[in-house]
Amino acid sequence: MVAELVTGKTLVSTTINGEPVEFMCEPRESLLEVLRDTLRLTGSKEGCNNGNCGACSVILDGRLVNSCCVLGIEIAGSEVTTIEGLATADGLHSVQEAFLEGAALQCGICTPGFIVATKALLDKNPNPTETEIRYWLAGNLCRCTGYDKIVRAVQQAASGTGT
Amino acid sequence: MRAINYAAPTMVEDAVRILRENGAGARIFAGGTDLIVQVRENTRDVDVMVDAKGIEELTRVEIGADGSVTLGAAVPCYQIAGDDAIVAAFPGLIDAAGIIGGTAIQGRASLGGNLCNSSPAADGIPALIVHGATANIAGPDGRRSVAVADFCTGPGTNVLAAGEMLVSLTIPALVPNSGAHYLRFTPRNEMDIAVVGAGAQVVLDGDTIVSARIALGAVAPTPMYAAAADEALAGQPATEESYEAAAAAAQNAATPITDMRGTADFRNHLVAVLTKRALRGAVERAKGGAVNGR
Repeated sequence: MVAELVTGKTLVSTTINGEPVEFMCEPRESLLEVLRDTLRLTGSKEGCNNGNCGACSVILDGRLVNSCCVLGIEIAGSEVTTIEGLATADGLHSVQEAFLEGAALQCGICTPGFIVATKALLDKNPNPTETEIRYWLAGNLCRCTGYDKIVRAVQQAASGTGT
Repeated sequence: MRAINYAAPTMVEDAVRILRENGAGARIFAGGTDLIVQVRENTRDVDVMVDAKGIEELTRVEIGADGSVTLGAAVPCYQIAGDDAIVAAFPGLIDAAGIIGGTAIQGRASLGGNLCNSSPAADGIPALIVHGATANIAGPDGRRSVAVADFCTGPGTNVLAAGEMLVSLTIPALVPNSGAHYLRFTPRNEMDIAVVGAGAQVVLDGDTIVSARIALGAVAPTPMYAAAADEALAGQPATEESYEAAAAAAQNAATPITDMRGTADFRNHLVAVLTKRALRGAVERAKGGAVNGR
């Protein structure tokens, strides 16, 4: 890293969903803006844009973060996983399956964030208790479901993951 | 978000130079969970954001031979709360570091940032105050240290002068037979901002309180060290009667306001309730017991 000021559009090299990616961004652009507006990865949603709702959740170097509270320029050399990185050519991720099976969504705006946050939880703790699930997901807000179906879906995904 | 410039220095000296060269509009950030939002919402006047996470000294955790711990100002909360040595040595600090925001905020936010953001409701600051923590600062004129209790000067403001930055926090080892606890009241347990927060540290000799430190959050323009409550406890038995006296002293010292999170009357009530609970937890730990499983 350099000590000089970055004053305008800059080339950033990073890894997103396992693929090397390069993009140009202004220092003021958030990672969420870069994902949605520059890279057209529109699965991550803008809810509050201030770190309260979790709709923009992504995994940055193994940590769950709100992409609205990260600058795009900060992710040079990092690894980012977005909702687009979960399904494979063989099918949906087990967490996506569990949310579908359990109808753990209504309008769907919060769903990508919940699914990414759940993947981050199960990567760290494959068998969370209900309390652990509710605390882990406290930064993801859903105004439709009342959370119960979401918690059940996470429990379903956990019991089906086994890895 | 308004146009900004960005810098990612790797040395404290370079960061200080960048701060000095760019004046009041330059600001250090670590997790960005406060500052990025404030710049976006135009509540802080910033035109240069200086990323601290590339500076090794700000990302280091050092446990001293004397049992003290020095936390780099940019060390994220998840790392602090997940560090077994820190959890074992300073469970009362983890009470606070583990509840600053939800999971995604914990992944980025630091205790140093919590201090520099200087919110009156910051969870980390009362916990640091009761531990007697010191803020280690670098600036154009070299290094200096300030007690965390003296760091904040008003809502969102602190003692950092032009060109200065927080480098680390030093938390002295707890003496034998002492314990600390921090807790807060929030409408939503899992993630929220404190309506009132209270921290306590006690040193016991048997069932007598040798000394104590009480600090409160969200009841004054800054997180506050309630010295009068300490005086009410020194030399007293570790009993409910003593906690009542400390709670009354803490209420006397607090100057809460009414806002969207609670009325002044309710906050005044909470000061007493939480001061007593913080004391009970601190005494429990001082006697070797656990609170919150640690």
